[in-house]
Amino acid sequence: MKSLKKAMSLTLVAAMTMTMLAGCGSSNKETAAETSDAATTEAAGETFKIGSIGPATGGAAVYGLAVQNGADLAIKEINEAGGINGYQVEYNFQDDECDNEKSVNAYNTLKDWGMQMLVGTTTSGCCIAVAAESSNDNMFQITPSGSSVDCISSNDNVYQVCFTDPNQGIAAAQYIGSNNVAEKVAVIYDSSDVYSSGIYEKFAAEAANQPFEIVSAEAFTADNKTDFSVQLQKAKDAGADLMFLPIYYTEASLILKQADAMGYTPKFFGCDGLDGILGVENFDAALAEGVMLLTPFAADADDEATQSFVSTYEAAYGETPNQFAADAYDAVYIIKAAAEKSGVTPADSISDICEKMKGAMAEISVDGLTGEAMSWDEDGAVNKAPKAMEIVNGNYSLIQ
Amino acid sequence: MKKLKLTKNLKDNIITYGIVIAAYIIIQLMSATGNISSLMQGLLVPLCVYVILAISLNLTVGILGELSLGHAGFMCVGAFTGAFFSKCMQDIITIDILRFILAILIGAVCAGAIGFLIGMPVLRLKGDYLAIVTLAFGEIIKNIINVLYIGRDSRGFHFSMKDSISLGLESDGTVIINGAQGITGTPKDSTFTIGIVLIIITLIIVLNLIHSRDGRAIMSIRDNLIAAESVGINITKYKLMAFSISAALAGVAGVLYSHNLSSLMATPKNFGYNMSIMILVFVVLGGIGNIRGSMIASVVLTLLPELLRGLSNYRMLIYSIILIVMMLFNWAPKFIELREKYSIKRLIKKPKEVQ
Amino acid sequence: MSFISYLINGISLGSVYAIIALGYTMVYGIAKMLNFAHGDVIMVGGFTIFFAVSMQGWPPVIGVLLAVVLCTILGITIEYIAYRPLRQAASSLAVLITAIGVSYFLQNIALLIFGANTKAFTSVVNIPALKLADGQIIISGETIVTIISCIIIMIGLTLFINKTKAGQAMLAVSEDKGAAQLMGINVNATISLTFAIGSALAAIAGMLLCSAYPSLTPYTGSMPGIKAFVAAVFGGIGSIPGALIGGIVLGIIEILSKAYISSQMADAIVFMVLIIVLLVKPTGILGRKIQEKV
Repeated sequence: MKSLKKAMSLTLVAAMTMTMLAGCGSSNKETAAETSDAATTEAAGETFKIGSIGPATGGAAVYGLAVQNGADLAIKEINEAGGINGYQVEYNFQDDECDNEKSVNAYNTLKDWGMQMLVGTTTSGCCIAVAAESSNDNMFQITPSGSSVDCISSNDNVYQVCFTDPNQGIAAAQYIGSNNVAEKVAVIYDSSDVYSSGIYEKFAAEAANQPFEIVSAEAFTADNKTDFSVQLQKAKDAGADLMFLPIYYTEASLILKQADAMGYTPKFFGCDGLDGILGVENFDAALAEGVMLLTPFAADADDEATQSFVSTYEAAYGETPNQFAADAYDAVYIIKAAAEKSGVTPADSISDICEKMKGAMAEISVDGLTGEAMSWDEDGAVNKAPKAMEIVNGNYSLIQ
Repeated sequence: MKKLKLTKNLKDNIITYGIVIAAYIIIQLMSATGNISSLMQGLLVPLCVYVILAISLNLTVGILGELSLGHAGFMCVGAFTGAFFSKCMQDIITIDILRFILAILIGAVCAGAIGFLIGMPVLRLKGDYLAIVTLAFGEIIKNIINVLYIGRDSRGFHFSMKDSISLGLESDGTVIINGAQGITGTPKDSTFTIGIVLIIITLIIVLNLIHSRDGRAIMSIRDNLIAAESVGINITKYKLMAFSISAALAGVAGVLYSHNLSSLMATPKNFGYNMSIMILVFVVLGGIGNIRGSMIASVVLTLLPELLRGLSNYRMLIYSIILIVMMLFNWAPKFIELREKYSIKRLIKKPKEVQ
Repeated sequence: MSFISYLINGISLGSVYAIIALGYTMVYGIAKMLNFAHGDVIMVGGFTIFFAVSMQGWPPVIGVLLAVVLCTILGITIEYIAYRPLRQAASSLAVLITAIGVSYFLQNIALLIFGANTKAFTSVVNIPALKLADGQIIISGETIVTIISCIIIMIGLTLFINKTKAGQAMLAVSEDKGAAQLMGINVNATISLTFAIGSALAAIAGMLLCSAYPSLTPYTGSMPGIKAFVAAVFGGIGSIPGALIGGIVLGIIEILSKAYISSQMADAIVFMVLIIVLLVKPTGILGRKIQEKV
């Protein structure tokens, strides 16, 4: 009887796999059909296909979803205005769960779909893994927010919209030093995160050349990010008058709250990851009063482009866009600028598009939400000026 | 009778090996004729990784009968030691395949050694307590890797547990393991063929172990520890044996994993307890102690989220529902009964139709 | 002085672990299963209160009651659909895996309903912080409420289990399901009741967790859930006072290792201590000795 059960469950498993394999096979056919469709449309040269990758589930989902929406919005606008070089644009976003391996899977899925250019990936680790693949295929890639140097250093087809991590760390240290913002600086950073530890490292190195002193540098990890009392207590005991937070706003909002509860009020200083802190639903903006951040984008800046972006975004997705959304939005417009400069058409092969775009990237200068007159060097790193913002009366305002 | 049993084992093994080889041939034919999507192509090596992980964990959970929630930790050790070796030797050993084989051996030995060291004290614990201790070890390994900095310059290797600045490298030095930023630029040596060869080697090791004298001793510990002890079986020796072999094989999977991606980081996603649990899901869904079942389950569960991509934001939700339903279908006594009824009916029907 | 404030921080953190661990240990003690979805039920509780209080503007009491009711229903439903069919399964691991499935399910449902963006939770605790030694040492109102609730819940649960018929039925079920059934105890109803109580505790834990650490995402519950599980094992899983002690001890160790050893390695140190404790006392601090059956 037992062996019968076993045999039955075995056959069941086998049957399931068979259906799975069959399903898999048929989906292969479908994708194959799709690619051949894509090939025909390519031949007809009707649409550009732009793919995008980022986490849509898991702890980092907020960043990926922002990139998805930001790029989507830009593409809709472009399509309404007549497309790129007269061709409409198709858009496809794939989830990578913030995992390197899943990100490569997402990239391959998009390739099967017929992607010609990639806006992605959202996070640095995934971006390094995907860049190795896209470099093999010579696919044009522009990452909105993958800020590690390794994303762009070992290939020539990948460009960044955001600053590189070392660039941010050095800029922050220089800003604090040259403006005499503080003398004793404390740092809280995420030692398990590529972005945060990357900035901290360069910040600490540059701090040696600056007139301030790092009196306490404490870390937290992805598994240990609810309680910051120790890190704050140490900074307080060391007498730090400025707290440098090269981290994302989710944790920063907790740090602000806990510092407030213990009556510790240093000046807080952050990088672009801190942007969005005022967008946290139900957040007490009074806690963030006086927080300074170096960020290329602020949702309530006065200029017309930002305001129209923010209002359309809010209308479409029901939340205030953060820097990731703005970066992705810019990324699409950068693609448009480079594509128009180089005159690529959807009929070109992926590699041809990439080569032409690479030539154009060296020449163009784009005014976007996240920077004016952005231009790119050979590595693919962006040249733009960081803006120093301060939160005053619950709004970002530009310093200088 | 004895002969019959032997042939049954043999038949069973041949089917298992056969499935692997058939899958290999089919995939190779498909890719030769260009019928394979980029997604499938990219998934081939990860599939091999998960199959090896599932087989190796089945050795601990199914054959030894101990619950381990730290399997990803051993994979992590293998991945980092293997990638570290390849990165260091990239200029010295230029034959890719030789370097990769050495990396695999090193990864396996290191993971096995860590498994042995951990196994010695903790295998005295039982059930859920062992589970939590293995989970703890997995998290410790991940945490240590995240603060580990190793660099190399003309003076040799430098270690630090703080940050890369404190390595004090000369200007010609390079940081190889850079804390949370891990190892980047590992040579992409993993191929589907090597993956399949490794699966077959894993199968040979595990299946031969199960059907050997040692394997029967291990299973006797699972079935009744006190009885096994009373007939003079060395409990500690056999528990350690199964546990370290399982860890070493997880290390092999780790090396394969790390040589498939150009950036390797120890995140909660790939080497945390989530991954350990995922491997356990493969084993339990496929049938505890059933090697072939766990292989199939790992393939099914790795492909499933990719096949569900069409559902966009509902993907992981549907995935979780399917997981629950599959578990109920495979394990719930009521469902098993139902299945039996249904299949018996079918069995009776068939001969009738033939007549 | 800073040592004392570290210690108090440790107790604050530990009290949150303790209140989650109480629910964990309760379910484990009776149903003998590791409910990996417990952390996510906590998250559901947090979101319910957020929805009621911050989005709808209802008074906090209503929000908390709503969360307790909803989580209780959720707990019973999960048990009925996902766990009960597997109670007689050939391996106890099967139900562990569905618990993980349920955990994914709850996270993704919350992601779809509330989105991924962080929500700032308004504390439902209105007690002012206690300031000692000229404001050098601060004990927050949340900590005071959490510790008091822990003690009340602990005493309540102990009395319930030892003094009431339903509680005695739970004890009997935890000892031997088959024998309990023969004695006329409705095993299914008893286990449902266990899950109902465990999930109601999760709602309260959700309220206190989110009040103490006011950031709410669909993944808020998973890490504290695992930590609380560790705390429960620390104290001896299944033991109700053990959960309280385990939680507080874990919190103190975590904070002190961050303060005096390394903030990067805090997790590793906590887990190391756990391993050492289990090697010395294999069933945790207050755990019962396991009788080996021959």
